[in-house]
Amino acid sequence: MGRLSVSLCGTELDNPVIPASGTFGYGREFAEVYDLNILGSFSFKGTTKEARFGNPTPRIAECSGGMLNSVGLQNPGVDAVIAEELPNIAKIFKKPVMANVSGFSVEDYVYACERLDKQPQIGWLEVNISCPNVHGGGMSFGTDCGAAAEVTRAVKKVTTKPVIIKLTPNVTDIASIAKACEDAGADGISLINTLLAMRINLNTRKPLLANTTGGLSGPAVFPVAVRMVYQAAKAVSIPVVGMGGVSSAEDVLEMMMAGATAVEVGAANLVDPLACKKIIEDLPAAMDKYGIDKITDIIGAAHG
Amino acid sequence: MKQGLFTIKENSRLAEGVWKMVLTGEPGEIKPGQFIDIRLPEKFLRRPISVYDAGPDFVTVIYKVLGHGTEQMTGLPAGTVLDVLTELGNGYDLSKAGDAPLLIGGGIGVPPMYMAAKKLLAAGLRPTVLLGFNSSADAFCIGEFESLGCDVRVATADGSIGTKGFVTDIIPENYSYFYCCGRTAMLKSVYAAVKGSGEFSMEERMGCGFGACMGCTVKTADGYKRVCKDGPVFVKEEIVWAD
Repeated sequence: MGRLSVSLCGTELDNPVIPASGTFGYGREFAEVYDLNILGSFSFKGTTKEARFGNPTPRIAECSGGMLNSVGLQNPGVDAVIAEELPNIAKIFKKPVMANVSGFSVEDYVYACERLDKQPQIGWLEVNISCPNVHGGGMSFGTDCGAAAEVTRAVKKVTTKPVIIKLTPNVTDIASIAKACEDAGADGISLINTLLAMRINLNTRKPLLANTTGGLSGPAVFPVAVRMVYQAAKAVSIPVVGMGGVSSAEDVLEMMMAGATAVEVGAANLVDPLACKKIIEDLPAAMDKYGIDKITDIIGAAHG
Repeated sequence: MKQGLFTIKENSRLAEGVWKMVLTGEPGEIKPGQFIDIRLPEKFLRRPISVYDAGPDFVTVIYKVLGHGTEQMTGLPAGTVLDVLTELGNGYDLSKAGDAPLLIGGGIGVPPMYMAAKKLLAAGLRPTVLLGFNSSADAFCIGEFESLGCDVRVATADGSIGTKGFVTDIIPENYSYFYCCGRTAMLKSVYAAVKGSGEFSMEERMGCGFGACMGCTVKTADGYKRVCKDGPVFVKEEIVWAD
């Protein structure tokens, strides 16, 4: 075990840095600029039972310190991901990859998870019950303890790999949702997905996004993410994967002190395709600066 | 895709709301119709701008001031260092040009036609270039195309230069293949007016500019495509206009 390595639900990662789903596609574009094998893992684009176009454009807006997206889970569907994307991922990434799954009904989640669970290169199933950009599914499962538990139980029944439930920040009590997932058998939780947000075009006086609202990400949400990771980690004993506005090695350390075992990096990849590479390279010096010998030493350090 | 640091050599006003920025650095192999994505101080997302001209040690863009980002760009002095992604998008397939290619640029869609014209001339073809502007106030680069040796024809909406009207009013009778760039409304009218095949450079609001975020996806006859990565250039036959 190197000083950067962490163990996530029983699988060792060389470092805690994981590009977040929806900001990394299936890895192809980033493999053009660096060797993806330096990553801890990566979480591929949210995959659903059927292929989806997603929402109309414009799907992207900007704000100080971040961006809004309303992509709406565009993806080729789980069968196409298994047939076409996983073989390509196998060529560019030799470690276990994280499969991100979304759905509109419990059956949708079960269908996609059952199939992805059979793929040897997949190390974890990250079950997204938190997409703010789709109607009748997505985030609605993540805002209710009962529904979150129901998805968790159903997916756990058909899978053998660790199941990490990805939570939305758009709730009043993140601790109770996290606990409900743990009690239903989740092997880990990840958070935060994007914050529901909106911009208005001053010229047209209409919402800037065609979907009216979108999910806010980027450095602007980092303190919110740290707070929620802290609260969730306090509520559960399963591993927490922290994310939300992480853009530097120091952000990674802060997220881990809040209680994260591993850290996903999202929007930063979209403005700097080399963001994760730089963060990983910067980690040892940042650890030296703060007197951290092994990165696992700081997990949850902020919890007195 | 290639990432690098570039230094502003020149940043000057060309016409009403239209600016030219010359960046020195190593942009790699840039094809006509490709774009670059510029990171600006204090802006989160990069700004995708089509390429006017490029060589081994420079890239030149001509940009229209449309929002906060492009407004900020006008204030950047020579010597400013910028983080830029280059070699983005697919670019035009000039091998399909035939013996009498037609280049059609409208407003801020004019710049990519310059590099296309240079490449076609270098291949021994003399393109006919149609340039459309609103008026003489926002017209630019007409002389540059003439200096290259192209057959240049201009239309302006107010008739202050060339034919009064739109580029669709000056499309010649005969051409082998066309390449077109402009705002969506202009692309649609050209699409309706042209005969035969050709390529359109599409515009869409982008997130990353290199194919990761799925922010700029459009429906095509050949499935869902990302304007930034699978485009911005699409052949006429694959385009499906959104409502």
